[in-house]
Amino acid sequence: MPCTGKVDVQHILRAFEKGADGVYAVGCMEGDCHFNSGNFRARKRVEQARKLLNTVGVGGERVEMFNLSSAEGPRFAEYAREMDRRIRDIGPSPIKLAMKKAA
Amino acid sequence: MTTKTPSKLEKILASGCLAVTSEVGPPRGGNPKHIEEKGRLIQHHVDAINITDNQTSVTRMCSLAACIRLKLMGLEPVLQMVTRDRNRIALQSDILGAASFDIHNILCLSGDHQSFGDCPTGQNVHDIDSMQLIQTVRRMRDEGKFLGGADIACPPRMFVGAAENPFADPFEIRVPRLAKKIAAGVEFIQTQCIYNLDKFELWVKQARERGLTEKVHILAGVTPLKSVGMARYMKNRVPGMDVPDDVIKRMAAVPKEKQPDEGITICVETIERLKSVEGVHGFHIMAIEWEEKVAEIVERAGLFPRPTVEI
Amino acid sequence: MIVADKKPIEEIIQQVESYHNVLILGCNECVTVCEAGGKKEVGILASALRMYFLNNGKDMRIDEVTLERQCDHEYLEEIRDRIDRYDAVVSLACGVGVQFMAETYLSKPIFPGVNTCFLGVTEKRGLWTERCQACGQCILANTAGICPVSRCAKRILNGPCGGSSKGKCEVNKDLDCAWQLIVDRLKALGRMDDYEKLFSIKDWSTDRAGGPRKVIREDVQI
Repeated sequence: MPCTGKVDVQHILRAFEKGADGVYAVGCMEGDCHFNSGNFRARKRVEQARKLLNTVGVGGERVEMFNLSSAEGPRFAEYAREMDRRIRDIGPSPIKLAMKKAA
Repeated sequence: MTTKTPSKLEKILASGCLAVTSEVGPPRGGNPKHIEEKGRLIQHHVDAINITDNQTSVTRMCSLAACIRLKLMGLEPVLQMVTRDRNRIALQSDILGAASFDIHNILCLSGDHQSFGDCPTGQNVHDIDSMQLIQTVRRMRDEGKFLGGADIACPPRMFVGAAENPFADPFEIRVPRLAKKIAAGVEFIQTQCIYNLDKFELWVKQARERGLTEKVHILAGVTPLKSVGMARYMKNRVPGMDVPDDVIKRMAAVPKEKQPDEGITICVETIERLKSVEGVHGFHIMAIEWEEKVAEIVERAGLFPRPTVEI
Repeated sequence: MIVADKKPIEEIIQQVESYHNVLILGCNECVTVCEAGGKKEVGILASALRMYFLNNGKDMRIDEVTLERQCDHEYLEEIRDRIDRYDAVVSLACGVGVQFMAETYLSKPIFPGVNTCFLGVTEKRGLWTERCQACGQCILANTAGICPVSRCAKRILNGPCGGSSKGKCEVNKDLDCAWQLIVDRLKALGRMDDYEKLFSIKDWSTDRAGGPRKVIREDVQI
């Protein structure tokens, strides 16, 4: 994606529908968006998705938004590890399990 | 000065005397004793008694029934009527009901919004507004006609009043708004509680300059403060209320147990000062849940005894 | 436009949980603009519902279609060939669309997916405010272009009431007093004299008071 501003609630939900265990969006530092407010939009949509995921029983903690500058490779890796740890702790998505069961 | 109705209030105002009115809020129940006691408490010190109509949108005994209670005691009620709860059928019908009990004064109001009261999820009506209610009563009385155009067999004979808030915004339309109510047919005005005397006097002066005080009787509204807490509440929480800081300071400067006395004194001083304002034809004393103090205020303000009129 | 707001998803779940094949039907008009019932919202709702029912072990097929409008026959006809695949429809159109769907497909249960709120404008993204109550006899010519019927909490035609304070309504400090706006605009137009014209009692028979309304235009009927 050219910018996290392109991320929509739909994209996040579809990923979970297809069996994703977790989704995280990594945007530029707040205030540094090339398109002014793209990363703020993304944050709002991640929050919306979190609410919906809570409501439908998937768990809102499976989705997260991070910010960093494009020069921060190690930080990106750190976020990736953090998210990976979190999802492993929570376990597989109930949607994935239900799909397997149905299949 | 000729009068148009049998209203005692109208007669007193027409005679050039300063009129005194007060008001009583009906109870939240069916016992009439409350109204009767309050009426008895103030009957010798006021010329007429307003009965509020579900004030602050809290459901109470209806204004008309409470007015009838006073009437049965030989007192002079002013029927307050808000356009919030009744459409034009109900308003006209209640006016006729009041007329059948010889209730000769009406105060036309729009009413506080229902969100303030005990039924915030209810509908409001506002079929007509307070100015149009003034027009309605005048049409019923003077032309003997219903809004629908039909003749009224025995038209109501009511002295028509309204409220005005000289302190609401925007200030520049407050006098034009009074002019508008006069054009609609209002005959007396009871104002919002006055604490900012300078602003009130400016309003009356502007009304006078337009000749409006010749066309309508203005009764200055006063409410004695019981405490500095009440003063602050009025200032901060009651929409359209103007309580200057020096009033609050004055209340705060006396010990708590003396504050009620100070409140009464401020009220008396307010009346004393406004008595001499050309265009002020009387006072409307709203002693909220403090009716027992009305007599004292009236006496100390030199408005006692009240004149007697032939009815 | 007609402004609507999303219904809580829990409410929609309750409405449809006894069915097996549900169509989520969006509308490309007003509800798209106010982000309550367009294609995107259809996608989000459908996706959330699918996950909910899957997660709860319920076999449920949920499809998505968004029509150009739900307030015209032509567009509703576009799903006639498919409608029998579904045992219920959640319409994300305004109340008008929901009803027209119900009239068009008599034996199909249709559920509303949004709360229809008012006729209003987009002040900015995420903020829609009311401007019109469709009273049927426009008085804006006499109120400096600002409507007291829709914007005054007491729809006072000879306002403002005594509750107007610093330009705000007594009901809510975040709400502009319509009559303050009217006075401000009369001043801007140099028409303050008009303020003193008494507004006569309004004929509400063209409002909802007169019962369901109709506009008949024989000149455009074919």
